[in-house]
Amino acid sequence: MAGPFDNLLGIHGTALSLHRARIDRIASNIANADTPGYLARDLDFTGVLRAQSGAAGAPVAMARTAPGHLAAPGTGGEPATVYRIPLQPAQDGNTVELATENAKFAEAAMKYQATLTFIERRMRTLNTAITGGE
Amino acid sequence: MSGFGIFDIAGSALAAQSVRLNTVASNLANAESVSGDPEQVFRPREPVFEAVPVGEGATLPGVRVKEVAENTAAPLKRYEPGHPLADGEGYVYAPPVDAVEQMVNMISAARSYQANVEVMTTARDLTLRTIGAMGR
Repeated sequence: MAGPFDNLLGIHGTALSLHRARIDRIASNIANADTPGYLARDLDFTGVLRAQSGAAGAPVAMARTAPGHLAAPGTGGEPATVYRIPLQPAQDGNTVELATENAKFAEAAMKYQATLTFIERRMRTLNTAITGGE
Repeated sequence: MSGFGIFDIAGSALAAQSVRLNTVASNLANAESVSGDPEQVFRPREPVFEAVPVGEGATLPGVRVKEVAENTAAPLKRYEPGHPLADGEGYVYAPPVDAVEQMVNMISAARSYQANVEVMTTARDLTLRTIGAMGR
């Protein structure tokens, strides 16, 4: 049933959970900064957001007719991740660079806060509409 | 929204890095623990990290100490005939502890520890702000 609150938060609800997933992913990279052979990964944010909001340019899902078939990245289930290309690869095969990860983490946290602000404003708007600004 | 998994991840890293700091402390403390028997001498230890999912139903890897490996380098042989622990030929054996290497290891562990504390602080702030926003 379509109601007035179905699309309450618009794209921001999806964006918030994606930012959160990205923050978790980067936290995992930072945690494994000293683990030999660990490959740093990041969320392909734009791709996943496109796929989840059904916008043009989203990755097209393939028909999976046998259990062995793999899902195309970013088309359902796990969000698509991309491997980080290290500026200076380490001898032990670890591709985490703490400076890069810290910067990405700060960026993701800031974007999360921005999205959260949009949601807060939206809530306030609705609140005003409901109470008549009393 | 994916719960509080980030605290498990950062927490596992804090635990692993403090094991690393502990081994450094132990290695440095025993740098001069000499022995008259090369088999008995203290062996420097070093943790080996491994990426594993931590917490219930976790998909993202945290980190855990897979094992604490002993350094297999030969002990340092020193000629000190007056030493009370010296063997029949006047030699004592010191652990192969490289103080510079240990200090570097310590700085690296401390930096990683700090980075993970930062992650936790930010995650806490964001989570609290989200809860605040939803309750308004």
